[in-house]
Amino acid sequence: MPYIANTKEDQQAMFETIGCTDFADMWRKSQVVVPEPALANIPEGMSEFEVISKLRQLASKNATELHTFLGAGYYDHIIPAAVSEISSRSEFYTAYTPYQPEASQGTLQAIYEYQSMICRLTGMPVSNASLYDGGTALFEAMMLAIRSTRRRQVVVSEAVSPIFREMLYAYSSNLNIELIQIPSGVDDSSQKALLDAVSDRTACVIVQYPNFFGTIEAWEKFNEKVHAKKALSVCSTYPISLALLTPPGELGFDIVTAEGQSLGNSLNFGGPYLGIMAVTTKLMRKMPGRVCGRTVDSEDKDGFVLTLQTREQHIRRESAMSNICSNESLCALNALVYMSCIGKEGFIQLAELCASKAAYARELLLAIDGVEAVGGEAFFNEFVIQLPCDAAEVVGKLIDKGFAAGFPLGRYYPDRKNQLLVALTEKRTKEEIKSLATALEAVL
Amino acid sequence: MKLIFEKGKKGRRGSSLPKMDVPTKNAVPEKFKRKQAANLPEVSEQDVVRHYTLLSRKNMGVDTNFYPLGSCTMKYNPKVNERVASLPGFTELHPLLPQLRRGGALTQGALEVIYETQRLLCELLGFSDCTVQPLAGAHGELTGVMLMAAYHKGRKDHARKVLLIPDAAHGTNPASAMVGGFITQTVASDDNGNVDIEDLKSHLGPDTAGLMLTCPNTLGLFDPNIEEICELVHKAGGLNYCDGANQNAVMGRVTPGTIGFDVMHVNIHKSFSTPHGGGGPGSGPVLVGECLVPYLPVSRVQKRDDGTYTLRYHCADSIGYIAPFYGNFGIILRAYAYMLTLGREGLKRVGENAVLSANYMRVKLAPYFDQQVDRPCMHECVLSATPQAKKGVHALDIAKALIDRGFHPPTMYFPLIVPEALMIEPTETESKETLDEFIEALIEIVNLVDTDPESIIACPLTTPIKRLDETLAARKPNLADV
Repeated sequence: MPYIANTKEDQQAMFETIGCTDFADMWRKSQVVVPEPALANIPEGMSEFEVISKLRQLASKNATELHTFLGAGYYDHIIPAAVSEISSRSEFYTAYTPYQPEASQGTLQAIYEYQSMICRLTGMPVSNASLYDGGTALFEAMMLAIRSTRRRQVVVSEAVSPIFREMLYAYSSNLNIELIQIPSGVDDSSQKALLDAVSDRTACVIVQYPNFFGTIEAWEKFNEKVHAKKALSVCSTYPISLALLTPPGELGFDIVTAEGQSLGNSLNFGGPYLGIMAVTTKLMRKMPGRVCGRTVDSEDKDGFVLTLQTREQHIRRESAMSNICSNESLCALNALVYMSCIGKEGFIQLAELCASKAAYARELLLAIDGVEAVGGEAFFNEFVIQLPCDAAEVVGKLIDKGFAAGFPLGRYYPDRKNQLLVALTEKRTKEEIKSLATALEAVL
Repeated sequence: MKLIFEKGKKGRRGSSLPKMDVPTKNAVPEKFKRKQAANLPEVSEQDVVRHYTLLSRKNMGVDTNFYPLGSCTMKYNPKVNERVASLPGFTELHPLLPQLRRGGALTQGALEVIYETQRLLCELLGFSDCTVQPLAGAHGELTGVMLMAAYHKGRKDHARKVLLIPDAAHGTNPASAMVGGFITQTVASDDNGNVDIEDLKSHLGPDTAGLMLTCPNTLGLFDPNIEEICELVHKAGGLNYCDGANQNAVMGRVTPGTIGFDVMHVNIHKSFSTPHGGGGPGSGPVLVGECLVPYLPVSRVQKRDDGTYTLRYHCADSIGYIAPFYGNFGIILRAYAYMLTLGREGLKRVGENAVLSANYMRVKLAPYFDQQVDRPCMHECVLSATPQAKKGVHALDIAKALIDRGFHPPTMYFPLIVPEALMIEPTETESKETLDEFIEALIEIVNLVDTDPESIIACPLTTPIKRLDETLAARKPNLADV
């Protein structure tokens, strides 16, 4: 049988040791007396060759040759070859959570370096070792704010990813939390309306930077006003944009979360991804998830260990800061190796590529008859355009021509039926951008 | 070893990027730009590769050492699974593609993988339906708990706020119940390690939302009263949740959906052979009986009459979005390959061999340790190092001594109800020779407790670092180099 080491002879010897005659006898003696299932609808096993052939055939039914301008929080960036070479070292991927530090210094130092990298990127002083994804990270941020302020009202901008907002709604349905959503323009997150909604019952305000429509906004004064009302400010961000943008830590945010997929993790049809969370020092001991700290050993040598574990479920059970146990350690390692390879200068160059291509693409698309600008000029790599007809239909027509032209906003914003969210990364060439414009013009 | 930030030199590069083929002109206004570049490393690709390759060598993994970590099911991670999960037809697929018009036709292979994985899990575990969306075991627990809440809410049975959880449960159970909006009450275990039925009865009532039971339990035992327990909870109006963290023990032998459980999660990264990744990513599919199907999270993958697959988003009673998309697809893919490889017969062999190995370990080691319960176990055996602790050598010391002998230690100090616990889970993929070597090492350590206890307390000696000052780490946290 595949992956079972012991021979019949081994099994026999072991049965003798434990005083059983066979498996049936063993089940009986261990008091497993429920009826044995037939499993009739599970097929016979397959050889390695057959499994690979079958999966190859399934993979070939998926289109990966599209010219993609689809983003909406999940982006098609270059991943240096070294990233997967490192994370496919089985000393990393076949290890468990590093609860035995002496046997896990590799994983632990990598986590510490990852936390450092996230702090350097976001301008925050503390990062955890990762959460599941950007959406669950935002939920955890909300809960952290609720714990910390002992308030149960949360104000959310509609310019936060609609996918994340759906998740916030689902999770808070049984928790006696009042979620207030504030309608938003493409250009600005209606900061005044957000502030007006903040009361002495508000735990936090949640915004996105750059916002879901791609727009970059100023948050510094806003955050001061949120703090004046003793509420916390939370932002979900896009890590690649932080190569160019003022880090959220310098803008006064208390909790910063992000979907970290763009940092060296494949799109993978939705996961595994990487939930990033960074917080102020004040919130450190209430932060959810694992965290690695630097300390010394009995000979005063530097070493790394999981720390502040009294926040976690395996110690605190129902009083824990979160129920999270497994996180996304290997995806965090991908992000770390990715950022190390891309490096300080490369990171800026990469972001310049994305931003310049986006500016170029917007210009070209807006030159098409019937295509209009929505919102302003301050964006990083994603922007909204208005089409003369239903954007979902246009996208359908362009798929037939080999383009994933963007994300039709009508999917989540019914009053934006004709609007398309277009994303650019360093992978899209000038030629591809020009052919998208030509194809779009042809179908309008 | 130096941090990556302490290596390299200003101006050094570890990557190459495409040339700028459009005018260099972006739409980020000056006032929004960061004043100082993010202080990332400046290293060559070789620097990066050597640094992390050397770091990897400071780890124990399943591929390098026997790793009998109880309740974690550190079985072999088959390489064919890694191979299929790296096919570009899967890795390069954007999750929003099937949500675009005509995009569904371009993701049929991926949707089929999800549909078929869910179908196989339903067959193997005896349930009506499944979602592979939960991103880890604890996330599966939370999803299951939310389904239970939705069920009671749907019946306007608003008083059911209490989830009963045995004292031996993993910490995630009470924590997930809390995040799901429930109050928890603890049910005691009896002297045989089973649920104390009288204690259970005393907790059941009109406020009971359900019971969360790890089956087999965290003592590594199968509760012979399981059907009676489930029935008692049902009669009281509650639902039964099966924490399937230990499903590997009864893989192919017990289908929880047919013995009284209404909802269950399994840990793909335990029972279904996907790697633990140094702490994740995991995957925690949730299975449900008929009564909970309407509440499953969206989206739902459906098979049309013509054999094609589609996503359904409009499900009136659904609990909504618990994940951004369709779960940790890359992990699900590995589990699918695993189930295809093993097939019906192979899956049946998993549980029985895992149980045989654990009992072999138990019988061989029982003379040297205390056992809370002296009866055949499932896939893991729980020993208590109280005899050694009385002589000043604790479970922790024994664990460190095992590291010096080339073994990853068992789980220590869990379950909490066993003092000085050492929880050993050998799994079905390890050979008898490996088990024998481990048993010999452990016996040698136990003997040293009498003759030379100092030599055990000094361990580990062979590792890159010695025992760490964990108090310092928590008192003066140094969590980042900035």
